[in-house]
Parts: sequence; C-alpha cells; structure tokens
Amino acid sequence: MTGSLEVRDLTKDFKIRKGLKSSHLRAADSVSFTLEPGKTIALVGESGSGKSTVARMIAKLETPTSGQILLDGEDSATHGRGLREYRNNVQMVFQDPFASLNPFHSIAHHLERPLRIHGQAKTSDELRAKTLELLERVNLLPAESYAERRPHELSGGQRQRVAIARALAPGARFLIADEPVSMLDVSIRLGVLNLLARLQREENLGVLYITHDLATARHFSDEILVMFRGKVVERGPSDEVILNPQHDYTKLLLSAAPEPTNQGKLRREVREELASGVGPGDRFGTSGL
Amino acid sequence: MSDIDLTPSAGADVGSPATEAARPTLSGPPQRGGVKAFLPRLTGKLAVGLFLTIGISLFAIIAPYVTQDPRNYDSDRFLPPSGAHLLGTNNLGADVLAQLAEGAAGSLMVGLVTGGIAIFLSLVFGIIAGYIGGWTDEVLSLITSIMLVIPGLPLIIVIAAYLESRSLIVIAIILGLTSWAGPAIVLRTQARSLRNRDYVAAARVAGERPHRIILVEILPNLLPLLAAQFLGAFIAAILAEAGLSFLGLGPSGSLTWGVMLNQAMAHNAFQVGAWWWFVPPGLLIALFGCGLSLINFSIDEIINPKLRNAPAAVKSVRKARKAGAEVASSATPKEA
Repeated sequence: MTGSLEVRDLTKDFKIRKGLKSSHLRAADSVSFTLEPGKTIALVGESGSGKSTVARMIAKLETPTSGQILLDGEDSATHGRGLREYRNNVQMVFQDPFASLNPFHSIAHHLERPLRIHGQAKTSDELRAKTLELLERVNLLPAESYAERRPHELSGGQRQRVAIARALAPGARFLIADEPVSMLDVSIRLGVLNLLARLQREENLGVLYITHDLATARHFSDEILVMFRGKVVERGPSDEVILNPQHDYTKLLLSAAPEPTNQGKLRREVREELASGVGPGDRFGTSGL
Repeated sequence: MSDIDLTPSAGADVGSPATEAARPTLSGPPQRGGVKAFLPRLTGKLAVGLFLTIGISLFAIIAPYVTQDPRNYDSDRFLPPSGAHLLGTNNLGADVLAQLAEGAAGSLMVGLVTGGIAIFLSLVFGIIAGYIGGWTDEVLSLITSIMLVIPGLPLIIVIAAYLESRSLIVIAIILGLTSWAGPAIVLRTQARSLRNRDYVAAARVAGERPHRIILVEILPNLLPLLAAQFLGAFIAAILAEAGLSFLGLGPSGSLTWGVMLNQAMAHNAFQVGAWWWFVPPGLLIALFGCGLSLINFSIDEIINPKLRNAPAAVKSVRKARKAGAEVASSATPKEA
C-alpha cells in the first residue's frame, strides 16, 4: 500500500502564565517532513527541543497552533469518524512503559480494546485469537500466560513489547515511537529496537523514531532530522548527517557522544571547565547558538 | 530500519537469540484476571470487615421480624437485661433490642441513600470537571466551591425546619445534597492528575471515547478513594442524622440509632446507669464504621497490588530476624 504521512509547517505555542504576565513558548516551529511506508525518520535533539511535542501533535494528543498533518495527501480530521479513521493508520508507542499501561487492567484488555474499536475482531473468540497472535508477534511467549497478567508483573522490556503490540493492534501503517527505549535497561534496548525493525519490515510501516541517541538513530533510520529549540536545524540521509554535520548544534551533539579514544578526556575537560569558573549557564555550549 | 548485529557471524537471521536478545521469562503463575480481578482477595482484614458489615446489615433486615414490638410500652421502666428483654427496657418500658433492630434499618437506610447521593454528585462534578477541563471545569468548580462554603448543618436545620413532615428519605436526600462538595474537590484534583497519565493518552490514541476513558480507564483507579469517601459520607450521615434528631429536627415518627442515643441522653440514661440503652447503638455505629474501613483496606489492595505483598514481606523480615537471632544464640540452628 502506498501513501504517506506528511507534516507541513507544524507549529505549537504553549502559553506560560507567570502571575499576571503570560508569555508564549514556541515548542515546535515550522516542522515539516514526510513519512513514507517502509522508511524510518529519526528525530533527534536534546530534552526540551520539541521532539515529543511533535509526536503528540501527530498522535492528535495536542492541537497544533498552526500547520497541517496530511494523511495520504488529505488534511487529517480532529474529531469524530475522521479521527478514528486517522488513528486506524497512525499509532504511537510511548516513552515510559511503566506509565503507559493502566495498572488496573490485564495485558489482554490493553490489546483487546484497540482491536475492538478498530473493527479488527468481531466475536470474542476472534478477539482472543488476535490478542494472542499480537503477543506472539512481539515475542511474549507463552502468550496465554502473558494475556492474563497485569502490567506490574512484567519487566520494563516486556511492558514496552506490550505497548508495541497495542500500537500494532489497529493495523496502523505509521508508527510514532517516542523514545521507545530510553526508559529501558541498556541490555534490553537492542532487543526492543530489533523487534521494532523486524515488525517494520514485516508490515512495511513508516516509523518516526524519536531519540536522543545518535548511534541508534544512524543504524535504524534512513533520514535524520536534528531538532534544536523547536526548529529542525539539519536534515538529510542518516550517514550524511552523522559523518558530515553542517550545523554547529549537530557537531556539538556528535562531540558529546562517547567514543573509546576519548576516554578520560571529557572528564578532564569538565574539571578544567570547573576550575576556570565558567558558569553553569553555558555548560553545554548551546547559549551562543 | 536495519538490525544491529553484535556478532558479525550471526548474519541477518531475524529473531535468532543473538539479534533479538534473550526471550523474556516469566516467573510464577499468573494472577487472577477477568471479573475475579475486581474482587478483593479474602484476607483476615476483609473477613472481619465483611463479618461486621454483613452481620449488622442482616441484623437490620431480619431482626425487626423476630424481636418484640419496639413501640409496646407495657413492660416496666428501666429493666436491666434479662431473659424477657435481652437488652432491657427504656424509660417508657419499650424493649431496647427491638428498638435497636428498627433503628439499625433506619440508620443504614439514611447512610446508604446519603452516601449514594453524595458519591454520585461528587463523581459528576469532580471527575467531569477534572477530566474535561476548560469552561466545563470552571462552571462545575464554581458550583462545587459555593456548595463547599455554605455551612452544612445550619442549612440542613433551615431546610429541615421548613419541611413540616420529614420522612427518613427526605432527611437522607437533604444530607446527601449538602455533603458532596468536599469529595468532589478531591476527585477533581485526582482526575486532573490521572488524565495526564500516559495510559490515558494511550487510550485516546487507541481511539477510546471520553465516557469510556472516564469509566474504564480512570474510574477503577479512583475506587479506593471512592470507597473511602462513601464510607466517610455513610458515617457522617449517621452522625448528622443523630445531630438533627438531637435538635428535634430528625425524621418524624421514625426510629434510628441517632434517635435512640438522643432519647437516652434526654432521659438521663447515663445518670440512671441504664447502659443497656445507650451502649448498644453507640457500639453498633462504631463497629459498622470499623467493618467498612476494613473492607476499604482490602479494596486498596486490588488497586495497588504492591500492598498485597506487604504483609508477606514484613513476615519474612521477621522470620529472617528470628532465624538470625537463633543462629547467634546457638551454634546449631534448630529446625522450625
């Protein structure tokens, strides 16, 4: 199936009230990109750069101040049947698997609801079969045993697999993965990322992979967008961006990534910086950008 | 996306143990699911709580058919407990046990109706205001705040004095209408916190409708709070009804525990030493509240499963400490 999820000049302002004064914070500023089936776009940037705001706007959890989200070339709905149709196609995996599953409900409930809402299963037998199939596809075996459990009985990695299964349940073509592994142990991150990669190949999904980890962004995506203070400051094929960064901020991000040859060097730099008395305001070197 | 290969020789065999990490493992049998998961597990606390609550409720339902006529004044006054009158008689010669039974039915009815009305109104005002926000929140919060600052008892007195005949139901409705504002504010704050949880956002992304998000995703997580508030409203209603009765504004012609306490006080039962008149209704109010609290603790454990393991953890710590002490005291630890 062809089609695309296009984001055009997406802008979001948040109103900040401080006593009687109110000011605006531009969390996302004219962000545009096109997500195609089978392709992965990585959105990288530091905390507070607006990555998650973009994700929440695409998932229709926030209303953009201006700009459009187009599915297959048509402007997407914000309510009613149109929104349901949109959610059939666009789903999201949240960052924190400990918060994104309702502690009150079983794993089966989390998968059955989207299946039922989006008409993937009519009878309860069908529902059960599809639920187990989803659990098997995210490698939670034996599926029967997982279906009856509650979220608190599962580890972080297992929960995130459930969250991925839930996002797949409506039969979505586009997946927004908002830092899907940042809350997980380093040892299980690769497993979850490889699972996402496998599912993407099987379903020909378009994935928006939001991360602050440049290494996984390079390996898992075709294109990288670097966000800084709400703006996309650099974009291009992933190897291009990593190997030949143009923008100062991208260079700074890359220099912050650990490299074996630099072992000990950063620590020395930090000590020197502290000794020279440079204030904490420019600790990350972003104030001049 | 492409897989990262940790071992170059493993190739692109997707799903092999090398690429997709070790399969997650599970330990222990699954805990209960489905409808059963909504019910608390039978523990000592729950058993005692259910015993007290069900016992007193059954007493209220069955005893009036078994006991003597609570309005038969033929016996002597202030008779102490005996075979003929298990809880003695009062100042008019009426059987206290019979009055206690009829009073139980009246008190529990007032409590139930008041608790029900208060919880329903606090749910509507609190959760809808908290979840929807915006103008709806402003309007509903304004009404809640107005109700909150209206002094409850004087308003009840004015309304009760205005009504010429007051049945139990009317008293219960008045109490219910004046006691929902406090719980509503707590529920609103809690709902505001819950609506920002990721699982609510995830339910919205999944396409759940707002009423289902409120009822299925948010409400169950508020159950212990609701239970506590219902309990509070229940007990408060029994006490408020007793207060109204004391002022002569209680239900006209009906018997409740409050009316009994009021009559006992008015007729110097304490000075006469007729403990059988005021101790039983007071004790029943206390035991009923105790029973409902114990049930409430058990409901807490469904919502916060971590509490389930707390007693076991304490026990194992105690056991370990004991074992440690034994090891220290004797070179060869004994088998328990």
